[in-house]
Amino acid sequence: MRQSFIARNPSILIFLLCLAVFTLAVTSMSHAMGAGVISTSFVKTLGKTLCLCLVAIAMDLVWGYCGILSLGHFAFFGLGGYMIGMWLMYARTEIIVAESLANAAIPPTPQEVVDAIGTQIFGVVGSSDFPPIWQFAHSLPAQLALVVLVPGLLALVFGWLAFRSRVTGVYLSILTQAMTLALSLYLFQNESGLRGNNGLSGLQNLPGVSASQDWVSLWFLWGSALALGLGYVLCAWVVSGKFGSVIRGIRDDEARVRFLGYSVEGYKLFIFTFTAIIAAVAGALYYPQAGIINPGEIAPIASIYLAVWVAIGGRGRLYGAVIGAALVSLVSTWFTGGMVPSLPLGFYTVDWVDWWLVLLGLSFVLVTLFAPKGIGGLFDLLSRRREVDQ
Amino acid sequence: MSALLEVSGISVTFDGYKAIRNLSFEIGECELRAIIGPNGAGKTTFMDIVTGKTKPDEGKVLWGEMSRNLLKMRESKIAQAGLGRKFQRPTVFEDQSVEDNLLMALKNPRGAFACLFYRPSKADRARVGELAEEVGLADQLSRTSGELSHGQKQWLEIGMLLAQEPRLMLVDEPAAGMTLAEREHTTDLLVNLAKTRAVVVVEHDMEFVRRLNCRVTVLHEGSVLAEGSLDHVTKDPRVIEVYLGR
Repeated sequence: MRQSFIARNPSILIFLLCLAVFTLAVTSMSHAMGAGVISTSFVKTLGKTLCLCLVAIAMDLVWGYCGILSLGHFAFFGLGGYMIGMWLMYARTEIIVAESLANAAIPPTPQEVVDAIGTQIFGVVGSSDFPPIWQFAHSLPAQLALVVLVPGLLALVFGWLAFRSRVTGVYLSILTQAMTLALSLYLFQNESGLRGNNGLSGLQNLPGVSASQDWVSLWFLWGSALALGLGYVLCAWVVSGKFGSVIRGIRDDEARVRFLGYSVEGYKLFIFTFTAIIAAVAGALYYPQAGIINPGEIAPIASIYLAVWVAIGGRGRLYGAVIGAALVSLVSTWFTGGMVPSLPLGFYTVDWVDWWLVLLGLSFVLVTLFAPKGIGGLFDLLSRRREVDQ
Repeated sequence: MSALLEVSGISVTFDGYKAIRNLSFEIGECELRAIIGPNGAGKTTFMDIVTGKTKPDEGKVLWGEMSRNLLKMRESKIAQAGLGRKFQRPTVFEDQSVEDNLLMALKNPRGAFACLFYRPSKADRARVGELAEEVGLADQLSRTSGELSHGQKQWLEIGMLLAQEPRLMLVDEPAAGMTLAEREHTTDLLVNLAKTRAVVVVEHDMEFVRRLNCRVTVLHEGSVLAEGSLDHVTKDPRVIEVYLGR
């Protein structure tokens, strides 16, 4: 009667297989491999899509399984990007400065080097001093640790305050929106120390790496695929056992779980923080592929899109989140990229760059009304039909 | 008999309406007790207070040998201390299997990390089987509990309560919506359970209470009106007036 964790969840193997086939296919068709069927910029788009799938899984865990409609998880995604971006920018600028000072008559003092880096990075915001938060920017291990620690700590503190006061439902959603809005507005200020509305840029250039972007884009694709695969297995494991039972119980009837003797607040805090960390890792992989991060990325609307992807893909099943995120974000790239021919109606021409949002909103409403299980619900229909056939 | 639960002088006011006024009584170890009273007598509010859902304005609720003050504890801690509650409406986790429902209720460490690494042991599986047997759901373990009949859900909830191994069970209208046969089964179950733990049944169906054959507390307007055997309290003129006078 007892089966292993993988045997009980056949979707995991199917998913990993699809992911591996996808990654190999893209790799073999890329520029780096000489095939050139898929452009380097499209490899980056696909790599970024994998990161979006990962953050969608996190969203599904917190919303679809635990019932917390967080509309602020993109804040953690963005913070992860900022943390890795600080190192990328610092280390690359350090190399550029070292090269330009190498031919100076008098060897520069370490302080002069740091000042020169500061001027390079903060010139755009009229400063040359490193703010204290850049303390560890020279160290890759430190910034990698901060990718996890900063968003994790923010989620822990925010979650502790919110859950302890038993803020639930739509009030919690509003609170999370306020959090991401506040963070975004704060980062827009030059005084925030993260270059205000300029954000961090040039992140696609890996310091000390001379390989072309054709290769770098592939590395990040592999890294993103690996992270998505690991994230999927980890999340599937978390929801498979008794822990999964408890969080689904919290989603369906919080008070009942409390009277069973479980500390609902503790579980919510765990899931909120855990998913924030997954989102941060996804962000740290996403932004080096995007090349730039600015505070606009964590505007409230981004987190709402995340919820829309998960709703369209199907809540409460991990592959649903992946399907939703991949499908909607790729279709969105297609529509907003101006590649779709306009639709002339005679009296009015539908320009998809503008009308795509209407289409997205409409499909969200239709899915919510007529297919609450989303695209993932189609798999239920298929498996049910097979049962009937047998 | 030493008191397991001692409620003394509690009062609660909701928006100026006194739901409970100066309510005091005791429940002993392994006692079966029925609480009856007309609608609005404060039965459910009493349960909410004891389980930590509602905080009273004044009074004390003491628990066990150590006389721990339940009013200072959170719901989950009260449940862990050994106080189980069955709701009036059957509340089971409908999209999970009967087995998962029982496993979740089983008395095991309740922490997030403990649950993350928990895998049911042989003993746990056996215990789930026993519990399912006891409440008549042995052949329904793998079914989704949302598919069960109303009566089966009630029993599943009683089974979950048993899985918690509480020292005191608060059972709110267990017979509501049950068929006659299901009621008899439920009566036997409750009488049996009370041999090893205290059971408090809140009910307003006199016939059901008569079958339980136990001490009865009559609540009226938030305080105790009468206490004793069912025959004793039904002869009390004040009880007759409350029940029949309106």
